[in-house]
Amino acid sequence: MTTEAKNEQVPLARKDFVSDQEVRWCPGCGDYSILAQTQKLMPDLGIPRENIVFISGIGCSSRLPYYMNTYGFHSIHGRAPTIATGLKASRPELQVWVVTGDGDGLSIGGNHLLHILRRNLDVVIILFNNRIYGLTKGQYSPTSEFGKRTKTSPLGTIDYPVNPLSVALGAEASFIARSIDIDVHHLLATLDRAVHHKGTSFVEVYQNCNVFNDGAFMEFVDKAVRPDRTITLEQGKPLIFGKDRNRGIRLNGTTPEIVELGNGITEADLLVHDETRPDPAIAYILARMQHPEYPVPMGVLRAVERPTYDDLMTRQIEDAISRDGEGDLEALLQEGDTWTVE
Amino acid sequence: MASREVEVQELDRVTIRFAGDSGDGSQLAGLQFTNTSALVGNDISTVPDFPAEIRAPAGSLPGVSAFQLSFSSYDIHTPGDAPDVLVALNPAALKTNLKDLPKGGTLIVNTDEFNEVNLKKAAYESNPLEDDSLAGYRVIEVPITSMNARALKDSGLNTKQVDRSKNLFALGVMFWLYERPLEPTLRWIEDKFSKNPAVANANAATLKAGYHFGETAEIFPVHYRVPKANLAPGRYRSITGNEATALGFVAASRLSGRPLFYGSYPITPASDILQELARFKNFGVKTFQAEDEIAAIGSAIGAAFGGSLGLTGTSGPGLALKSEALGLAVMVELPIVVAMIQRSGPSTGMPTKTEQADLLQVMYGRNGECPVAVVAPATPSECFAMAIEAFRIALRHMVPTVFLSDGYLGTSSEPWLLPSIADLPKIEVTFATNPATFRPYARDEETLARPWAVPGTPGLEHRIGGLEKSDVTGNVNYDGDNHDRMVRFRAEKVARIANDIPDVQVIGESEGKLLVLGWGSTYGPILTAVQRAQAQGLSVSCAQLRHLSPFPRNLGDVLSRFDRILIPEMNLGQLLLLVRARYLIDAVGLHQVTGRPFKISEIEEKIMELVPSRVTVS
Repeated sequence: MTTEAKNEQVPLARKDFVSDQEVRWCPGCGDYSILAQTQKLMPDLGIPRENIVFISGIGCSSRLPYYMNTYGFHSIHGRAPTIATGLKASRPELQVWVVTGDGDGLSIGGNHLLHILRRNLDVVIILFNNRIYGLTKGQYSPTSEFGKRTKTSPLGTIDYPVNPLSVALGAEASFIARSIDIDVHHLLATLDRAVHHKGTSFVEVYQNCNVFNDGAFMEFVDKAVRPDRTITLEQGKPLIFGKDRNRGIRLNGTTPEIVELGNGITEADLLVHDETRPDPAIAYILARMQHPEYPVPMGVLRAVERPTYDDLMTRQIEDAISRDGEGDLEALLQEGDTWTVE
Repeated sequence: MASREVEVQELDRVTIRFAGDSGDGSQLAGLQFTNTSALVGNDISTVPDFPAEIRAPAGSLPGVSAFQLSFSSYDIHTPGDAPDVLVALNPAALKTNLKDLPKGGTLIVNTDEFNEVNLKKAAYESNPLEDDSLAGYRVIEVPITSMNARALKDSGLNTKQVDRSKNLFALGVMFWLYERPLEPTLRWIEDKFSKNPAVANANAATLKAGYHFGETAEIFPVHYRVPKANLAPGRYRSITGNEATALGFVAASRLSGRPLFYGSYPITPASDILQELARFKNFGVKTFQAEDEIAAIGSAIGAAFGGSLGLTGTSGPGLALKSEALGLAVMVELPIVVAMIQRSGPSTGMPTKTEQADLLQVMYGRNGECPVAVVAPATPSECFAMAIEAFRIALRHMVPTVFLSDGYLGTSSEPWLLPSIADLPKIEVTFATNPATFRPYARDEETLARPWAVPGTPGLEHRIGGLEKSDVTGNVNYDGDNHDRMVRFRAEKVARIANDIPDVQVIGESEGKLLVLGWGSTYGPILTAVQRAQAQGLSVSCAQLRHLSPFPRNLGDVLSRFDRILIPEMNLGQLLLLVRARYLIDAVGLHQVTGRPFKISEIEEKIMELVPSRVTVS
């Protein structure tokens, strides 16, 4: 098979992953940043370009594969996980990425997202969450805030929004993370974590649509307020945030509460982040911490080991061959009762 | 037990229907009778009739399950228009099946079940065995339940277990009546219940008890012999259409040297194919039970992108869900195959009943100009060869191909003359590998197929998708002239498959008064009806279309040689519409959507109407 062909020169620079297609997102779109960090990550992976595949659905985010100089598949609305499943299950040696958005992944393609996560197919999913339908020019999405006024909700939405990370946790995802388009270092580091996780890695990226939902996250991702209104999760470390690193998150029962360090409260009182915890309860609590009540958690919420779908499928085939021998077509056709007419 | 002298009468064909509650084992009895008949050299043809409910209340009318089989001393193509013998294991089975038994037919009833409770469940106001309603039939009353219980009183099994064996008592009676050996079924029992000797012994005992009952009880004045059929020499097995379909796809994988990936969502009557293929893991077959119909075809497209044989399977409602993705496959020109096993529609329709009303959905049920190739097997065993043909076409022409079968073909069975592996077609697959010459949408001059460039190939990194493509480069392109050219390429690519498929063959004279044109599972009744008409000296021929998109090149010429064209279909005239539009001929249809296959006699009557037997020679 061609995948075993050696690629003598593994590309080493970001430019080797830039395709010849003109990028057609609106100037100023958050998608540019996500594309740049993705391209930047690639050379460090040491994987030949031909073994990488980007698969997307429909929407602004789903244009990304055209701009990656790898194999790519811009499919139909919501269905990227299904194509990724067929490809990865049949060609486990490939590195497969799924690129989707809040409409593509959580509305029309919600069912597939649920199932790819529970199966734990070894792929990376980046969900660009801009809380709006951009490509169709400004209708509300499943992550739009309740009451949001858009072209299709002139009096405000009456749809309660979904929380992408809660959905992923409910779907038994083995890796869940969140990042921000404009925090490029964090975004790059998060994608790097995701690609090295074995199993489905689900990354929500808060992405600004500067045309139809400008500033959707600005209240907490703006550089000036970010340290106070977000909290960066680090494995094994207590949950501390704030410009002066003087505030933290303590659990009161199952309710997180913001506490000031000092006055008898020390780091030892804070919740210590453990992304490897098998029970998803704490991760769920974190996933639901929202602005303005809480600092919004960024980073890896959950990373647990679980067998991947593609590995299990391969193993069943290998076991069947070692048990029954390589299939013999002639013998298969003659299965069961046969008789001969002279 | 002493044998009594019984007259033996020779018959050339017998059709039996076993009918009972869905828990009574009618299917099993029918299958065993069929296999035994095949092993003794008869030709066979079968059709099951399942209720849609998994287990409707015992004894109720919706809970009746039936299995019809025909066995003969000559070549047959259908499981028979009507049964000669109806075995009714309870009143509900009698009520739902009696209308199909012609007057004078033999009716074997399990008298034990004709009690007040069961009669009421079957909505009988009086016991049909006691009123005159069965006058005109040869009614043979056998207390099957109690005889079975008596035969197994020392078996050590409980009442419920004992009762489960009663179908084998009935089978034993039928084996005696038609001079069948018990050995094949005894072997099957031994094998099937090897881990449960008590049940094995009980089943064997009641089968023999039934046989001996037939022999000794003086209720059958004659028994019957159906001599061997004159089948072509070779090795045979009995096979259903869905089994043959699954085997054909495995064979296609072997012949092409590419692994098979089957993504499917369970749906009647296509689920058998997923169940079958899931068994063939040591053939490298990967089966994926998807979360829905869309995921199923999406996964097949993904697998095809990666260089596997991407396959999905479904029935009518499922195809409706897959239609957008099938359009994507047309746009990205990947060689997937859709195994489409039709059932009665629209909507959920009658899931366990057959129909051919999805031809136009398969042809046109997508947005945009969206042509696919379509092949249609005519008989259960032919599903094997046509499954291979579907992939041969898909791979050579880089075109999504629909394998169009139906519930009747899928679940009915016939003897299959096993092919020699060496005689199967070779399927060549070439992947693009040269970065210097690779253009994602450059086309083969002969077939117009685009190259298949799979991920993992260095230097061929490219992007495909559902947006319109630039000719040659495959880049996104919204130019109207380019779109016009690409739409025509996709149509022409399918049209050119006609250069690569066999001509349609005429059975009978190549010209004459009437040609009966068929597709799919109507082949059996059409062929038999035409042969009967030909035997009466009528100028009637028939032809079977196994390629529906594109049509064979000679079809127009064939049609032009007949005064009239008749197209019987289990729909309201879908092939008829296509043929009339394409060839501008005044073909007529014969339509039926009753959920059951055509009877030979129904087609025969239509032939007689169109070609009166008093032919005046000019």
